[in-house]
Amino acid sequence: MKISFNINGQAKSIEIEDGNIPLLWVIRDVLNLKGTKFGCGKAACGACTLHIDGEAIRSCSYAVKFAEGKNIITIEGLGTRENPHPVQQAWIEHIVPQCGYCQPGFMMATAALLNKNPKPTDDDIDNNIVNVCRCATYTRMRKAIHRAAELYQSSNPQNQ
Amino acid sequence: MTKKKKISRRKFLLRGGLGTLGVIALGTYVFRNPMRRGAIEMFEDLIPPYAGKGTDANLWFEITKENKVILHSPKVEMGQGTFTGLAQIVADELDVDITQIEVIGAATATGIVDMLSTGGSLSIAQLFIPLREMAATMREMIKGEAAKKLNLTIADLSTEKGIVSGGGKTMTYAKVAEGVEEWTIPNTPELRPMDNYKYIGKPIKRIDLESKVFGDPIFGMDAEMPDMLHACVIRPEHIGAKFESADTTKAEKMPGVVKVIQKKNWVGIVAETFPQALAAKRAIKVEWDIPKQWTEEGIRKMLEVGKGSRMITQKEGNALEPDEEGVISMEFKSPIGAHAQLEPNGAVAYVKDGKATVILSTQVIGITQNQVADALGIALEDVNIIPTYLGGGFGRRLNTVHAVKAAEMSKEVGRPVKYFFTRKEEFQNDTFRPPTHHIMRGKLNKNGLLEGLEHHYASGDVAINSVLMPPIANTVLGSDMGAMRGGNIMYRGIPNHRSVQWHTTLPFATSWWRSLGLLANTFVIESFMDEMAMKAGKNPVEFRLAQINDEGQGKRIKAVIKKAAEVAKYKDKPADGVAMGFAASIDTGSPCAHVVEVSIKNKEIKVHKVFCVLDCGIAVNPDQVIAQCEGAIIMGMSGAMHEKMTIKDGKLYPTNYGAYDMALMKNAPREIDVILLQGVDVPLPVGEPPMGPIGAAIANAVRRLTGQRLTELPLKLT
Repeated sequence: MKISFNINGQAKSIEIEDGNIPLLWVIRDVLNLKGTKFGCGKAACGACTLHIDGEAIRSCSYAVKFAEGKNIITIEGLGTRENPHPVQQAWIEHIVPQCGYCQPGFMMATAALLNKNPKPTDDDIDNNIVNVCRCATYTRMRKAIHRAAELYQSSNPQNQ
Repeated sequence: MTKKKKISRRKFLLRGGLGTLGVIALGTYVFRNPMRRGAIEMFEDLIPPYAGKGTDANLWFEITKENKVILHSPKVEMGQGTFTGLAQIVADELDVDITQIEVIGAATATGIVDMLSTGGSLSIAQLFIPLREMAATMREMIKGEAAKKLNLTIADLSTEKGIVSGGGKTMTYAKVAEGVEEWTIPNTPELRPMDNYKYIGKPIKRIDLESKVFGDPIFGMDAEMPDMLHACVIRPEHIGAKFESADTTKAEKMPGVVKVIQKKNWVGIVAETFPQALAAKRAIKVEWDIPKQWTEEGIRKMLEVGKGSRMITQKEGNALEPDEEGVISMEFKSPIGAHAQLEPNGAVAYVKDGKATVILSTQVIGITQNQVADALGIALEDVNIIPTYLGGGFGRRLNTVHAVKAAEMSKEVGRPVKYFFTRKEEFQNDTFRPPTHHIMRGKLNKNGLLEGLEHHYASGDVAINSVLMPPIANTVLGSDMGAMRGGNIMYRGIPNHRSVQWHTTLPFATSWWRSLGLLANTFVIESFMDEMAMKAGKNPVEFRLAQINDEGQGKRIKAVIKKAAEVAKYKDKPADGVAMGFAASIDTGSPCAHVVEVSIKNKEIKVHKVFCVLDCGIAVNPDQVIAQCEGAIIMGMSGAMHEKMTIKDGKLYPTNYGAYDMALMKNAPREIDVILLQGVDVPLPVGEPPMGPIGAAIANAVRRLTGQRLTELPLKLT
């Protein structure tokens, strides 16, 4: 079957036999965007988090056929070294990553949270950022999320 | 005085004319000081003789034509910040800007790898002196060549940011190196005083920070080779299960399946895509021989103080008799722990014409090279292991024998194969942190100090049966040196003290888990010390300080204890529903003390704030040392308050995150204050020591809030 979607600002069409395979594997192995990670395959860890129409989605448990017509953003499309997303900027300022494997998932989850809630409280962060980081960079992540909210507000004055 | 030395494989090597301009390679390092040589002799001995052929050379450094320096690191980067620390060390003696340095993990074909492991939190500690000496030597070699090219003397020259200057002339390192056939190797130069360094000791940003923030494909899971296939392997769910037979007929006909490989004791499925390989794997019915249905109780019964092999790991004065008057005994337990690192284990392998290339996340490059060579029956030098960044190590990648299966499957299909574990396989076939059982005994004297203190502890394998240990080591050492970590008593002022280890090999694999025995052992000893302080009616900080001698590392231990109590303004009594808990330990020479602030709501233990004082000697990158403390504290909390594997129906459970309860954002303390002391002038291990005191510090706070002494991990109020 043919599935068409927009990913990181580009229109893509893929031909695939089984529309039930997880979107994660199409993104990693067909489109060769390796920033979205495989962690558990059961939507339990959040390493594969990306955005579909602005929502944080765990792509290991999202059938590719449902991506038809959708707008997908992965870590590669969140921001660039030249023009980082406020979340990435905050992550750099606070030197958050250790091993780094789970970090794209956390940054995507954070960016989606800020879209809905530009100034999350500590409790909002606890309730919404539920991915797993084994290096346990949580304390720095929390600081970086608050910093990202500041940067986000200054780059989107309508949110103030 | 400089002298010309013959270049050999054990000395400096250079390369030229390989398509890159000005490539310099240092094959090994030269030691100036015999004392230092002694200290790192072990490490030096682990570096294998150069085993390549032709123009291949073992490299430490390369200078590129863009005037950048590439360091081929013998150690891997798994989040601990080693690559950044090594870059700082090189920059300061080689006189290059940190941005001019790239660090890559050395591959066995082209670099020098640590033939043992990246582990023990030892990378910076081991390389701090030799890498500075190598960088300094290389700087002087460059100056020597520059002097010839610029018609100046070495004394006229200075170096900065990869440029040699003197007599009004300048030349980049790359230009200096261009076309050099033979280098003059000076005696190892004097290292610069610490306060001259621009990078060492400074909290510079991680050199891999941007790669990790922008999602670069740097991990083993991201590796690819052209024309690559994907594979799954069937693994047993039951403890002790042995493969008997498999019906693969259905799987062989499934879409995308290239080959189903039946070996003597395993089945591999190779397909065009990973989802196809996984679907075919699910269609295979395997018959297992399950000799015994193991139970949680059965495992617990194997692992008790008094069972297995006994070894006294510490002994001073007399033993306490359990029924002696005034002897207080307490029993403690810790559960099986999973590594749960986020990047699954796996490898990309290509075997062709008797040569193998394997790309993977591993802490044991050299051992993996040996395993692949042995399994394929090919020479060691025909196996190239290329390490990537690791999506977490924590000891889980200290045996990456799955590289062998990837290589065997590639050999079968004649194409590169990527093979990695599903999460269920990770959980059920982990090399777990062993469960432990402990008995503490103590006796107070009339002054309220301990007259005797004993720690009896039973553990499964940590070091014993590991590929890192020669089999003879068990016989020679008699005890498991991994299970022993944190097991001995640091209160040497107590006239009678001893530690006794009981070791049993369990029917499932247990092995290295960040900080090894430290997490459970310190939980036990420091909980008991706290209980004894309460019995004696003493402040637990004063009680500890009074029983540590100045000998050995005693002064440093006392310094961290005092500092932690001071910065946290430690109070023995709870106030406003918040209690402070105190604990301390020393691990691999780095003493650490924690003070935690804890409250309880609906029987749930909440840690609000942690003060951590660590003496790790020189902090090459204080920011990354602090990051390691923060991570170790929260991972330690996770191990002490949440995590537990259990045995049900003969299988290990749970098999995924979520069900395997771990500390998440909501459980992490909102504040962690780390204070670093420098009690010695060398860098010491950092990544594990801060895991020691956390469990006991929390339990000690809970004791003050509730009166309950929790004696089992994970800590739960009933």
